[in-house]
Amino acid sequence: MAKLILSVDGQVLKEYTLSKERTLIGRKPHNDIQIDNLAVSGEHAAIITILNDSFIEDLGSTNGTMVNGKPIKKHFLQNNDVVEIGKHKLKYFNDAPAAASAADFEKTMIIRNPAKAAPTPVAADKSMGDTQTNLKALGGEVVKPAPAPATTQPQSPAAPQPQPQAQAPRAPEPANAPAAPAAGALREAAIQVLSGAAAGRTLDLTKNLTTIGKPGLQVAVITKRPNGYFITHVEGATYPTLNGTSLGGQAHSLGDHDLIEIAGVKMEFFYKP
Amino acid sequence: MNLSQSLQSASLTDPGRVRDHNEDCIESRPEIGLYVLADGMGGYNAGEVASGMATSLISDGIQEAWRPRDVDRSGREDAKALSDRLIREQIARANGAILTTSQNNPECAGMGTTLVVCLFYDNFVAVAHIGDSRLYRLRGESMEQVTRDHSLLQEQLDSGLITPEEAKLSQNKNLVTRALGIDPTVEPELHVHETQPDDIYLLCSDGLSDMVEDEEIRLTLITLKTNPSLTVQQLIQAANDNGGRDNISAMLIRVAEPYGVPRGWLARIKALFR
Repeated sequence: MAKLILSVDGQVLKEYTLSKERTLIGRKPHNDIQIDNLAVSGEHAAIITILNDSFIEDLGSTNGTMVNGKPIKKHFLQNNDVVEIGKHKLKYFNDAPAAASAADFEKTMIIRNPAKAAPTPVAADKSMGDTQTNLKALGGEVVKPAPAPATTQPQSPAAPQPQPQAQAPRAPEPANAPAAPAAGALREAAIQVLSGAAAGRTLDLTKNLTTIGKPGLQVAVITKRPNGYFITHVEGATYPTLNGTSLGGQAHSLGDHDLIEIAGVKMEFFYKP
Repeated sequence: MNLSQSLQSASLTDPGRVRDHNEDCIESRPEIGLYVLADGMGGYNAGEVASGMATSLISDGIQEAWRPRDVDRSGREDAKALSDRLIREQIARANGAILTTSQNNPECAGMGTTLVVCLFYDNFVAVAHIGDSRLYRLRGESMEQVTRDHSLLQEQLDSGLITPEEAKLSQNKNLVTRALGIDPTVEPELHVHETQPDDIYLLCSDGLSDMVEDEEIRLTLITLKTNPSLTVQQLIQAANDNGGRDNISAMLIRVAEPYGVPRGWLARIKALFR
């Protein structure tokens, strides 16, 4: 579960776990995180937590709320973000569980509405305050994969589980966004046309997919992958050749100074210096 | 009319690079233009039981009742209504069967599956979906997501709580709000879309859409559109190159030519000599 560590001038004061849907931060005593300092408004900010995601919203405070040095109205908290309220700092930790086993990780799960009300889409309201109702409408129940055959029993659909139960296995944060192909690690390459009207021209292989040849007659694609460049036949009744050998239907790895012949044109693949 | 000539198609499913077994399941009946994809979940390795039941029950059920020769005699609007009703019936039947199996077999308890069903007929496609498996359509140079995920993340996007950029960072990606085989009733989302020649339709599980950016999918569809089987191979390879953290499935259908049903006596006679 995500947590916040409150500190001032580098001195850690307290640690808070974000177990509630809405965690209030402010100077007055009813706040979940009370900061008794005149720079802090009575109700200064709120953190809304939906399962594994947390958002912070400034509640119109006098002196504002900063995240990582920038003033915010609303912000989607990420691991290691630092929230500043006056001289106080709240560091956000959401170190996705190293505990979740590889097998469990990122498995799809279902959240159900126990009331089985018509699954209407939530109102298109921009305000954060609506989050709570949205979550209630969803029921907040997460059906986890049954742990093991011996211990499983058919779950009763009527029993909504308490909110803290709704912890799904989380993926480690860096792995969460679709990773860009590791293009940086791969050496840049190009092909040079050796014969025909375009002889002498070079074509840099910057895209993940580059097609060469004549559409309708003979086309091949060069794919740029983390482990190198590959050529595959795409269309045409006959196959292009690589170093004099027909490509066939398979992908072929390209080596420095390999010779490609396609649609009657010879070209050379090479790694750029 | 056999649709496998007008509709070029290719399908592939792959366990990915992290999971040791594949809980995705795909099934196609190209002659009648039927494509079904399911991404199973839950139970003790029972996800593939749910997805396997869903694809085979729905494919068989639709093929049994959807006789193009008979449907051809009804009007186009009637055919749309009929496809809608039939798909709903078969989804409801599969839902009941999966739920019963999960209640009667402890090792299957809690299993369920997402679903996308596409039935092509007379220049339209009826699309039903449940959960976060998707249908994309490439028309000309632009790609659109035809289905809208039934997921917590999509609801947060709809409510304006998070932006599409923030959604990529969310830790709640894997939570669907509807699935087949979990409750006694399930509400599929069903729409009928007109198709155009040269359209490309892509059914996929979240193992593809989470691992490969939409833009990269679009460029792959455009670049390799003359070769459907290479396209699906390339998409799955791209998902694996980016980590392959989930099972990956892709089914691609390219509308090679119009597949309208001849209506009126003159058109029917002409069709006889085609």
